[in-house]
Amino acid sequence: MACSATAKIIQPPMSINSTRSPDKSDNCTKLLCPSSFLGPNKKLFSINKTISPLSRRSATVVAVSSDVVKKKKVESNPVSNLLVTKEEGLELYEDMVLGRSFEDMCAQMYYRGKMFGFVHLYNGQEAVSTGFIKLLGNRDCVVSTYRDHVHALSKGVPARAVMSELFGKTTGCCRGQGGSMHMFSKEHNVLGGFAFIGEGIPVATGAAFTSKYRREVLKEDCDDVTLAFFGDGTCNNGQFFECLNMAALWKLPIVFVVENNLWAIGMSHLRATSDPQIWKKGPAFGMPGVHVDGMDVLKVREIAKEAITRARRGEGPTLVECETYRFRGHSLADPDELRDPSEKAHYATRDPITALKKYLLENNLASESELIAIEKKIEEVVEDAVEFADESPVPARSQLLENVFADPRGFGIGPDGKYRCEDPKFTEGTAQV
Amino acid sequence: MAAVTRGLGATAALSSANSKKFQFTTRRSLSGRKGSFFAVESNGNPRSSLNRHNNRTRQLVTNAVATKPDSAAASTVSKPGHELLLFEALREGLEEEMDRDPHVCVMGEDVGHYGGSYKVTKGFADKYGDLRVLDTPIAENSFTGMAIGAAMTGLRPVVEGMNMGFLLLAFNQISNNCGMLHYTSGGQFKIPVVIRGPGGVGRQLGAEHSQRLESYFQSIPGIQMVACSTPYNAKGLMKAAIRSDNPVILFEHVLLYNLKERIPDEEYVLNLEEAEMVRPGEHVTILTYSRMRYHVMQAAKTLVNKGYDPEVIDIRSLKPFDLYTIGNSVKKTHRVIIVEECMRTGGIGASLTASINENFHDYLDAPIVCLSSQDVPTPYAASLEEWTVVQPAQIVAAVEQLCQ
Repeated sequence: MACSATAKIIQPPMSINSTRSPDKSDNCTKLLCPSSFLGPNKKLFSINKTISPLSRRSATVVAVSSDVVKKKKVESNPVSNLLVTKEEGLELYEDMVLGRSFEDMCAQMYYRGKMFGFVHLYNGQEAVSTGFIKLLGNRDCVVSTYRDHVHALSKGVPARAVMSELFGKTTGCCRGQGGSMHMFSKEHNVLGGFAFIGEGIPVATGAAFTSKYRREVLKEDCDDVTLAFFGDGTCNNGQFFECLNMAALWKLPIVFVVENNLWAIGMSHLRATSDPQIWKKGPAFGMPGVHVDGMDVLKVREIAKEAITRARRGEGPTLVECETYRFRGHSLADPDELRDPSEKAHYATRDPITALKKYLLENNLASESELIAIEKKIEEVVEDAVEFADESPVPARSQLLENVFADPRGFGIGPDGKYRCEDPKFTEGTAQV
Repeated sequence: MAAVTRGLGATAALSSANSKKFQFTTRRSLSGRKGSFFAVESNGNPRSSLNRHNNRTRQLVTNAVATKPDSAAASTVSKPGHELLLFEALREGLEEEMDRDPHVCVMGEDVGHYGGSYKVTKGFADKYGDLRVLDTPIAENSFTGMAIGAAMTGLRPVVEGMNMGFLLLAFNQISNNCGMLHYTSGGQFKIPVVIRGPGGVGRQLGAEHSQRLESYFQSIPGIQMVACSTPYNAKGLMKAAIRSDNPVILFEHVLLYNLKERIPDEEYVLNLEEAEMVRPGEHVTILTYSRMRYHVMQAAKTLVNKGYDPEVIDIRSLKPFDLYTIGNSVKKTHRVIIVEECMRTGGIGASLTASINENFHDYLDAPIVCLSSQDVPTPYAASLEEWTVVQPAQIVAAVEQLCQ
C-alpha cells in the first residue's frame, strides 16, 4: 500500500475515473487502495529524493525528503511508528469536527434566514485546514478565500466571533462589516477572507515579505510563515503565477496550498486547465511542487510540516496541491446538479473525519467514548456560538463611517473649516462625507 | 512645454512660502521630535496656539505673485533654504522618511539599481539595500497586493508605478484591498501604503503613457488622493503620505519633475487634506491641480495685464476636496473656473463641480465652468496633443467670458 504522500497523482480506483487526471502513468494504480487512508505503516514515504536546487530544474517530480520525516517520527514517537501522539490526534479530531459541525450549522442558519448573501461551506475539506493550520504558531499568518470559515476557526478565531460575523452582528470578528467571505483577525493573524479569487495570494506574499524584512532589515528574530489557501480555479489566474515567481525569487517564507476540489462552481478543473497537475507548476518557478491526498489529515500534516519547516529555515516557498473535495455545492445557493453522484459517493467514502476516527481507534490512540465526548463538546460550542450570535446586537448607525479610514481625517475638511470627522453627526453615522 | 515649465519656476518659488502649514490640534503632532521642525503662519509668527479655528480667519498675504516672501517665513527662517528640482524634492522627502522609520520601504519596477525611471530613488539601493528598495518583476497587480499585505503586517511600503497608467493593472488590488480592507476587517488592519508615480500628458508619449488615473480611482472608498505640483509641496506631501495611516495615492506629473525651487532646510510636512492658495484675488476662483497650475498661472499673467484679478487655488487634495478653502473663495468671488488635465467625462472637475454646486450654490453668480482635456486618447502628433489639453489662451478666454 503506497497511499503515500508522493508527488504522483493518486488515481481513484479504475471503476470511477470520470473526473480525474488523464495522466496515463499506470504504475500508481496497482499500489492503490480503496480507502487511501494511511495506516501505521512504514511505507508512507518510499521516495528518497531530497529537495535540492538541481531537482528543481528537472521535469520530474520532487518529493518530500523522507529522511527528515523519518527522524521526526522517531523523535515524536520513540515507541511506535505512529504519526501522531494521542494529544495531537485528539486535537486534530476536535478541530475537524468543529469545522464540520460549524459549517453544518451555517447551512441550517442560512436556510432559516439568519444569514444571507454568498456562503461557501468547507464540508469535506477539513483535513487541509486542520492538517496545515494546527502546525502554526500564533504569529504565523493565514490567508484564505471566500471559503474561509474553517481556516479562521482552525487558526483560533472563536466560533462565537465567526458566527456573529455571519449573522452580521457587531460582535463579529469584523464587527459585522465583512461577512462570510471576509474573515479577518488581527489577534490570530488571519489576513482574510477575499471575495475575488487570487487576490489574497499577493497579500499572503506581502505578509511573507514582511517576515523576511523583519529578519533581514529590522534584524528581528522572526521566522513567521504565511500560508496561502486557494483553489484549483485560482491556479489559472495571473496573480497565482506572478506570486509563485516572486516568492521563489526572494525565497519568501510562504506555503502555497492548493485545495484542488476539482470544481470552480460548475467548471471542472479538467475543462479549464491545459495541464491539470497543479503541483507541476511549482518546479517551473523554482520551488518544490508536491501533491498530497487532501482527504487524509495525517498525510497533509506530514507534508505541511516539511513545507512549513522549509519556509521557516529560509529555504523558500513550496507549492502543495491537496487533492480534496467539497461535499456540498459551491455555495449555499448552488444546487450542485452538475457533479456526478458517483464522484460524490466516492469521496464520501474518503471523509477525512471518519478516516481519522478509524485511525485513532485502530491504533488505540483514543477510545470511542473520548471521541464522542469531543463531538458533544463541539456540539455545545456551536450551539453556544449561535446563541451568542442571536443575542448580539446589530451594528448601530454610528458604526457606518467609523472604519472607512484608519485616520478619519481622510474624509476631508468640510465647508465650515472643521474636519468632517469632527462633526458630531459623524459618530452618529449621519454626517455628510 | 519646456519654456512653460522653466518660466514658471519663479512663480512656484513664490507660491510655496505662502502655503499654509497646518498643525492638527490634538491628535497627531507634526512638529516632531526633531527640534528643527517648525510651523509657520503666513503672517510670520511662529505658531503659539494650536487653535486652528483662529488661524483660519487670519489675513492672507494679498499678493502672491510679487517678489520675495518677505513678511512670511523669512523672518523666522534662520537658514536660506536650498534649491532643488521636483524629483529631488520627492527623493529628499522619501529619504527623510526612510531614515526616520525603518519600516518604510519602496517597491516598484526599476526603483533599486536603476534608481527609478525618473530618478526619484537614485542612490537608495546602495544606501538601504535591495530588500528595502525592492526591484520587482513586472507584475503590478501582484506587487501592489504584496505591498498591501506587507502594510497589513506592519510595514509602510511606498509603491512606485513606473507610469501611473501601469497601475490600471493593479486596479483590483487598489480598489478591493487597498481601499476596502480597513473597513471590511472591522478596523483591524490598516493599510498605510503610498502609491505614487508619474502620470499626465507628457510630450508625445502616446495615448497609453499619457493617462490621468485620478478620475478612475476617485470613487474608491477608503483611499486619499493628492497631486503635487511644486518641489515644496512634493516633498511635504510625500512625507505626509508616508506618515498617514491611510492609503494615499500621490499623483506626480511627467513634465514637472525638473521644476526648480528653493525649499526650506528645516523639516516640514504638509497637510494631505488641504488646498493651496497660489494667488489670492477677487474676481474669479480658478481651481486647478498638478501641471495645469502652470497653465493657469501663465494665463493669470495675461489676465492681470488685462485688469482681472483671478484667485488661483491648487486643490492638491483630489480626494477629499478641501471645501473650506474652496468655499471661502467661492463666497468671495462668486465665479468658479476649474482647469484640469483630467478627461471631461467623470473627471475630478466633474466631481468638483457637483460638490461646489451642492455646497455653495447660493454663492454662485454664474454656472461653474470646467475646462478639462478632451475625451480623446492622447494622440502622438504634437499639434494634436496640444489641442487635447487646456492651454493658457483658453483659460484667458474662459475668464473673460465668465467675468463679463
